[in-house]
Formats: sequence, structure tokens, C-alpha cells
Amino acid sequence: MKQRSVWESFIEKVIFIGGISGIVFLFLIFAFLFKESFLFFFQYPWKDFFGGTQWYPTSEPPRFGLLPLLAGSLVVTLGAIAISVPLGIACAIYISEVAPPWVREIFKPLMELIAAIPSVVLGFIGLVVLVPFLKQVFNLPTGLSALAGSITLAFMALPTITSISEDALTVLPREYKEASLALGATHWQTIYHILLPAAKSGIIAAIMLGLGRAIGETMAVLMVTGNAAIIPYSFLQPVRTMTATIAIEMGEIVRGGLHYRALFAIGLFLFIITFTVNLIADWVIQRQKRVSG
Amino acid sequence: MRTQKIVFALLMIITLLCVLPLFFILVLLIYHSLPVLNLRFLLDYPREGMRAGGIFPALVGTLYLALGTAIVSLPLGVITAIYLNEYAPKGRIARLIRIAIVNLAGVPSVVYGLFGLALFVTLFHFGVSLIAGIFTLSILVLPIVITAAEEGLRSVPMSFREASLALGATRWQTIRRVVLPNALPGIATGAILALSRAAGETAPILFTCAAFYLPRLPKSPFDEIMALPYHVYVISTQVPHAPLSIQYGATVVLMGLVFILNTVAILWRMRLRRVKKW
Repeated sequence: MKQRSVWESFIEKVIFIGGISGIVFLFLIFAFLFKESFLFFFQYPWKDFFGGTQWYPTSEPPRFGLLPLLAGSLVVTLGAIAISVPLGIACAIYISEVAPPWVREIFKPLMELIAAIPSVVLGFIGLVVLVPFLKQVFNLPTGLSALAGSITLAFMALPTITSISEDALTVLPREYKEASLALGATHWQTIYHILLPAAKSGIIAAIMLGLGRAIGETMAVLMVTGNAAIIPYSFLQPVRTMTATIAIEMGEIVRGGLHYRALFAIGLFLFIITFTVNLIADWVIQRQKRVSG
Repeated sequence: MRTQKIVFALLMIITLLCVLPLFFILVLLIYHSLPVLNLRFLLDYPREGMRAGGIFPALVGTLYLALGTAIVSLPLGVITAIYLNEYAPKGRIARLIRIAIVNLAGVPSVVYGLFGLALFVTLFHFGVSLIAGIFTLSILVLPIVITAAEEGLRSVPMSFREASLALGATRWQTIRRVVLPNALPGIATGAILALSRAAGETAPILFTCAAFYLPRLPKSPFDEIMALPYHVYVISTQVPHAPLSIQYGATVVLMGLVFILNTVAILWRMRLRRVKKW
């Protein structure tokens, strides 16, 4: 009997250690991004990093101005959000409120399949279909542009926004809907005036998670945006995002050099952005669960 | 009432239009890759600077990566799920773990690549290798495995546990002999989704394991490998004048692999949710 309880407590410890591995990994990711990048800020003034308008890592002296890359990421991401948020909310309303159950059973897995498409596949489709199309329609030199990135990303963020908004609508107490319908409101009036406002915080969380997904996306964006590190003034210009910069440049540089550290500094910056976005979104979702639970 | 009809019709059309690109992509890929899509394309090495031949080493590399990732991430994910669902479902630590998992799922894939480069490739001296890629991807898919495993564990009724404990079994005996076997189908979904995700990711393997061109199969876990997603990226952007049919061919194989795995997982899960034995 004693041996058995020793074994039990041993197992319990193993499971505890395994269980906290998620926390450990998250911390390790942060620690290693920090470890590889903090020296950068001793060698390169942080004001020039966050305020510099030129990204010329191989010029003499090298210039690591983040602004063109940050602008590139922001333009592509905001464009994607502008497209995918209205569409995603429309899909969520249709799937959760309007569609008959059997249609819902078809659309939900389809959304999951869209989410599963590898980003390099979407990048390829963007390259062979979307980019030539944009080139023709807008009479551009190549068609590689922020707009191409935004459209591709919008399609990628759509399943996230749809499924989380849908959850937000589904968890609402039935009484909201019943009370509104009993007062004589139509189904659409109920959706528009009661359900959507009640699900507002969940929908905001959905948008934030979509935003987080979009800003961290790498391959698809890299393949269709043209990768010119200049601050764009229009959606039809080529841009280069922060993620694409890391992916393109990390392969061809000296490990441990200034350029290497600069790329890790971008990685750390990206990590902090997505971490914050996710934390807030999670907080909003939990709060809504408590309110409507 | 008329407004409602119009709005609902509009919503339906929008939803249809949103999923339409999925079918468009599938048809387009299959249509353009038909000329090259045969067994030889799958089993032939790339030739003439990847402008001819097949995708054999890339396909094998991706299978190794996906299987290795599933093998590494599955035990860890299941243990985490057991901790969350069986040992400490309500505690403060469980809450912290959940937050960490949500955040892990949100870390950009290229940042996983940087992490893998710093930890596995450099600090552990694995070099750019299959094993470094497997470890990097294993952390990336962990949230997927945990979520699926937790759903599997949750589907086992509380009464099963109570019955086992009442018969004098210990907590671990109950988990091992009663809960886990019944949760296995749900856990299998997680494994399939992990395979699919690991097969499709590009950015995390860029600096950790993927070779531009390597006309042989890996001999040890410390070899570089070719991988299908990276190969798609390479032949569509880095190799000038690679024939479109080959580009489409490599893409359709990758898409097919990921799709079959996901469809199996989705159908399997639907069946599980519908056919509850208890």
C-alpha cells in the first residue's frame, strides 16, 4: 500500500511538470528572444530602431529603422481586418442565427478547412491568381502589393473571426432572444438590436484574435507583397512586413552579428504585440463568459 | 419582414462567397497539376535545378517532420490535458496554464522559427536538422493537441471516474485504465490535427531544418531535410523559370495531404460527438 502511494505521488509530480510545460515554453520563447536581442540595443540606439525610416541592414554603416517594416505590417493587417471583419461577422450571424441546422453542420467544417490551408499554399494561389489580377485591374508594374497581402490575409483571418464571433453569439442566454421576440420584434431586429450588442465584447475579442493572427502571418504575405522596405502611401504599393523581413534575411546572415540581433529584436517586438493582443482578447472572452454564464 | 428577408438572403450570399474560394482553390490546383500528377512525380527526385523531376525527398522529409512532431507533442499535450482536466481543473495554476496555451497558439510562426534557431539549433548544437525542426514544431502544435485531448477527457462521464474510485482504484489507476482508454478517440483527433499542422508549416522550419535543395533522404535525425511547404515556396519564388505544372503539382500534394488529414479529423470528431456510447 505504501509503495502504491509513493508511485501515485510520483505520477502526480510528473503530470504537474508536464502540465506546466506550456507556461515554461512561453517563458522560454520570451527569454530566448530577449537573450538574442538585448545586446542589439547596446550597439544600436533604440531611438534609431523605433524611429528610423530606413532599413538598410547591409549598408555601411547599417541602418535598422523599423518604421518601414512596421508600416508595412500595419497597412497589410489593417487592410485585412477591414475586409475580414464585416464578412466574418456576417458569416457568424448567418451560421449561428439564420442557417438551418444542417447548413450549419456544413459551413462550420468548411470554415475549419479554410483555417487549415497552409499559408504557403495561399501565398502560391495569391501569386498565380490574385497578383496578376491586381496587376491588370489597377495597371500596376507587378501586382505585388499591400492590397494583395491584405486580401490573402483577410481570407486567412476569416475563420478565426467567424468562429469566435459565432461562439459569442451562441453563448448568449436564450431569454434575451425570447424576450425580444415575445415583444414583437422580428428575428432580424432581435439580432441587430439585442444579440449583436450583447455579444459585442466577444466580437471585439474575435477581431483582436484575427488581428493577432494577421500581424504574425509570414509566408503568404511574404510571397505576394513584393517586399520593398519603404513606407507606403497607398495600398497598391509593394510593402515589406516585419515577419517577412525575418523570414527573408535570417537565412543569409552571420549568427550572433548585429543584423542577427536586429532580426531577433523584431521577433521580440512581434511577440510582445501578439502576447498583449491575445491576453486582452482572452480577458474579454472570460469576462463575457462570466457575465452571460 | 421584407427587410429581414433581404438581409438574411444577403447574409447567406456573403457566407457562400466566403467559402467559395476554398473550392476555387481546390479546382484550380487540381486542374493545373493534372499533367504532372502521377506516381512518378511523387517518387522521383527533383532534377535540373528543381525544374524537372518529382518531389520525393520533400515529401519524405515532410512525413518525417509530421510524424516526429506528433510523437513528441502527443505525450506532452495529453499530460497537460490530464493535469488540466483530472488533477486541477479549477485552480489558479490551471488558469495560468490556460492563458499560456492561448498565448502559445498566438505566437507568430516565424517567431517559433527564431526560438528554434536560438535554442535547438544553436544552444543544443543540433544544427539545422530534422530533430531541431521536430522540436520547434512540437511546441507550435502543443495547443492543438491539448485542446483536442481535453475535449476527449471531458467526454468521459464523471460517473466512470466515481465508479472506479469507489471500487478502490487510485487516481492514477482510474485515469490510466478508465479515463484514458475512453478518451482515446478524442485524443486521436488531436494527433491527426497535429500531423496536418506540422506538415503545412513553413516559417518555423525555415531556419531550423529545411534545406533548399538536397537530392537524398536524411540518414539521421541530425541531417537537414527538404520539406514540402518550403519546397513549394522555393520553386514558386526562388527558382526562375520553374515550370508552372511542377509548382502546381507540389502545391496540390501539400494541400491534399493537409486536407485529407483535416477531413478525417473533422469527420471522426463529428462521429464521436454523435455516437456517444453512454
